[in-house]
Amino acid sequence: MAAQLTQFLLTGLTVGAIYALVALGFAIIYNASHVINFAQGEFVMVGGMVTVSLIHAGLPLLAAIALAVLAAAAVGMALEHFAIEPARGASPVTLIIITIGASILLRGLATLVWDKKLHNVPSFSGEAPIQIGGATILPQSLWVVGISLLIMFLLGRFFGRTLIGKAILATSYNPMAAQLCGINVRFMLFLSFGLSAALGAVAGILIAPITLTSWDVGVMLGLKGFAAAILGGLGSGVGAVLGGLILGIAESLGAGYISSAYKDAIAFVIILAVLFFMPNGLFGKHGLDRV
Amino acid sequence: MTKHHLSAFFKKPLLLCALLAASSAPVLAQDTIKIGAFLSVSGPAAFLGDPEQKTLELYIEKLNAAGGVLGRKLQLVSYDDSGDAEKARTFTKRLIEQDKVDVLVGGSTTGATMAAVPLAEAAQIPFISLAGAVVIIEPVKKWVFKTPHTDRMACEKVFVDLNHRKLTRLALISGTGGFDKSMRAECLKVAPNYKIQIVADETYGAGDTDMTVQLTKIKNTAGVQAVLNPGFGQGPTIVTKNFKQLALNLPFYQSHGVASKEFIKLSGDAAEGVRLPAAALLIAEQLPESDPQKKVVVGYKQAFETAFKQDVSTFGGHAYDGLMLAVEAMRQVGSTDKAKVRDAIEATKGYVGTGGIVNMSATDHMGLNLSAFRMLEVNKGAWTLVK
Amino acid sequence: MKWMTPRRGGLALLLVLVLALPLVLVNNYWYEVAIQIGLNAVVCVGLNLLIGYAGQISLGHAGFFGLGAYGSAILSSHYGLPAALAIVLTNVGVALLALLVGRPILRLKGNYLAMATLGMGVIISIAIVTEDKLTGGPDGMSVVPLALFGQPLTGELLWYWLVAFTLVAAVALALNLIDSPIGRALRALNGSEVGASVCGIDATRAKVGIFVISAVFASFAGSLMAHYSGFITPGKASFFHSIELVAMVVFGGMSSTFGAVIGAAALTLLPQLLTVLKEYEMVVFGAVMMLTMIFFPRGFLPSLMLLLARIRK
Repeated sequence: MAAQLTQFLLTGLTVGAIYALVALGFAIIYNASHVINFAQGEFVMVGGMVTVSLIHAGLPLLAAIALAVLAAAAVGMALEHFAIEPARGASPVTLIIITIGASILLRGLATLVWDKKLHNVPSFSGEAPIQIGGATILPQSLWVVGISLLIMFLLGRFFGRTLIGKAILATSYNPMAAQLCGINVRFMLFLSFGLSAALGAVAGILIAPITLTSWDVGVMLGLKGFAAAILGGLGSGVGAVLGGLILGIAESLGAGYISSAYKDAIAFVIILAVLFFMPNGLFGKHGLDRV
Repeated sequence: MTKHHLSAFFKKPLLLCALLAASSAPVLAQDTIKIGAFLSVSGPAAFLGDPEQKTLELYIEKLNAAGGVLGRKLQLVSYDDSGDAEKARTFTKRLIEQDKVDVLVGGSTTGATMAAVPLAEAAQIPFISLAGAVVIIEPVKKWVFKTPHTDRMACEKVFVDLNHRKLTRLALISGTGGFDKSMRAECLKVAPNYKIQIVADETYGAGDTDMTVQLTKIKNTAGVQAVLNPGFGQGPTIVTKNFKQLALNLPFYQSHGVASKEFIKLSGDAAEGVRLPAAALLIAEQLPESDPQKKVVVGYKQAFETAFKQDVSTFGGHAYDGLMLAVEAMRQVGSTDKAKVRDAIEATKGYVGTGGIVNMSATDHMGLNLSAFRMLEVNKGAWTLVK
Repeated sequence: MKWMTPRRGGLALLLVLVLALPLVLVNNYWYEVAIQIGLNAVVCVGLNLLIGYAGQISLGHAGFFGLGAYGSAILSSHYGLPAALAIVLTNVGVALLALLVGRPILRLKGNYLAMATLGMGVIISIAIVTEDKLTGGPDGMSVVPLALFGQPLTGELLWYWLVAFTLVAAVALALNLIDSPIGRALRALNGSEVGASVCGIDATRAKVGIFVISAVFASFAGSLMAHYSGFITPGKASFFHSIELVAMVVFGGMSSTFGAVIGAAALTLLPQLLTVLKEYEMVVFGAVMMLTMIFFPRGFLPSLMLLLARIRK
């Protein structure tokens, strides 16, 4: 029994870490621009697929990963520059439609640049399962959790200690005031998208050896990442991470103990329940209503 | 400002009109024979539709190069339904009413096929489906045929193999897709006929990335002797990898949904020892010379792989069979008269295709029996025939 | 022509269009597309009331559409109820459900509301796929045709008139609603919820009311679609369809009932037109969505109106 529970928790943790990274991407963009970027999942896809191509072309794993992350960041920045910037000031629903259009566009491009098949990325350190208390975990899962933790730590320092990080935060609190302080708000927005995209790409690369990657791998992950971000409270980094982990573990336990068919539904039911009692998510900022 | 708005403004409607004209202009000259197809070239069922589309294009080109059929050129009119049954329906209507095709070959998924069936029946046009579920031809519909083996046959082939190995307690793990559910239902239905007991029945979601939870439950099921995974796409690969990760030392069967080299490539060495029922196409070169299918499957395999530089797929093979059945029927009756062609398709006997030897009848609109499926096993990273 | 307000004029124009369209529709395929546009338009008109006028959002409306379709299909095909009765019962059921879930969900705002409606839609979608004994699962189920007074309604022309009539009625209803006290209350809500409450408007009641109305519009269209196609699949209740519906409303112009109809027409036609592009279809579709929203952020119809106003000057 304990072994089974351990297995479920380990699985949930791995999946949850990925959701957390995607959710962080949502949170960063939302913070900077109040836009929900429905193309976030596509950054995950770009990360994985570009890595596949580069490895195919003969590059060593590390170089392929680095370049893939940069490529995704470039895509993110392009998205901001060509799609979000021109539509500044439009209503939130309009912006949502734009990002949805962008996600369709990116997926369409993916089928043209690559193909519609599934692709493999080699595991970072082999596939020999590791035994932990009667349960097994793939070495790749350790990479996923490890690197996710590292990234969260680095992000914390970035936003808390570096000048650029603090500038981005300032922009999210009050763009007008930030601008008055001499911060180039447009550039901060640009950077946020790049950063978010890089995060998504890392998530995609980390998980690809376990789950394979393809042109439409971003759809479900994007959706779950969004759900996690909302669960944790939009705009809160800590919330995004916690939301992702809770979602992953809830799914895993739900599938294990209740019903594997309704697994996805269970996750959403939990989110709805949380929102019912805490309308701004777990750590969300309470909205101020101007009359 | 206004001028800029104006010209930008009228560009869109003009573009729309041009597109409307282009896309709905009745398709080409009267003299061609039109093969209508609606396939899932994009979307979740893309690896069904993509090789099907390519196969149809390739062989129509070949047939035309060899002089066409009945002295006329063949023309493919195909639409991509992205795996959406509603779109499949609309495109089927378009093929029948607008493009006025002579025969329908298509419906990559069961959902798309079933949505199109009422239209084909009402318009009285022969329709050869490329989808798997047994419900397509059972009960028999006058104008509807199919080329792929049914999911029920796949279950039966696996059960026969289990009987050979004297195993009776089977665990099922399947996805929520149409193919998965249909095959699972058929397996549950016919299991008692083969004295197979289903001891566990787990499911996973379409986009799931980890099935260790479900496999752990199976592992802990008392007396389980073998596992069967009806599914296709990403799911079975992950199940296979998880299977190895959890060190489940049990005989493991997959379905014909993953009968491809792709599956072995993606699953890596976790695929060793996995068995599944598949068409002879996968092990074309390993067939003995005396095998009646050898010539056809080797020929198709080489043609496809040369033309597209990608591994052959059994789904593409089904499209080949569908096209050839239709063409053969037209040649036999000497015209494209829909009712006559339908009768000729129904009367097909001894046609050697990539899926098997086809013998249709008024009560059997698929024409394959259990011997059309071969039991394959992954051995040293390649598909081999299980004797 | 004092009685010819822009709204009445628009309705008259719609009526004329709908009556005249059959002259242009050459074959059954064109009729099918027209009928699909009509049904989508009905859903969009309802959704527009929620998004455009009440200022809420729903990323799960396809769930109601799916419930309407499957409810009617199951009651008539499995339980043998006459289709007309099945449709009525289903829609009453959906209204009650919307009333039940509307209250807690509409307490949420903005993106949280979006997530909640998304979640609701996904849960409905999963339930439809999983309960395959009832719904036929992912492969779908057949639906018996609609029969009125014992006569089965088949044939494109007949359905065209039924759908056209429904659309005109839906638009008239929506326009009426907007100009009624309820509608004004909604628009006040949209401007400022606190302000509206101060003026004595029961915000929750108004929001839930519109939510229920828009849900019924969607489920009624779903029921009709089920009996028209004769075959339904869970795809119609999916998240993607919900997004498509929102895109249609936004594309055509929020806060514009006629805009919703235009948006439905445009985005239903677009995939049919883009088939010429084969593998470039997805890219072009995404690009069109993006470009339209970037350059016409208020939607097609309002931008058109603005342009015409400018030309007039």
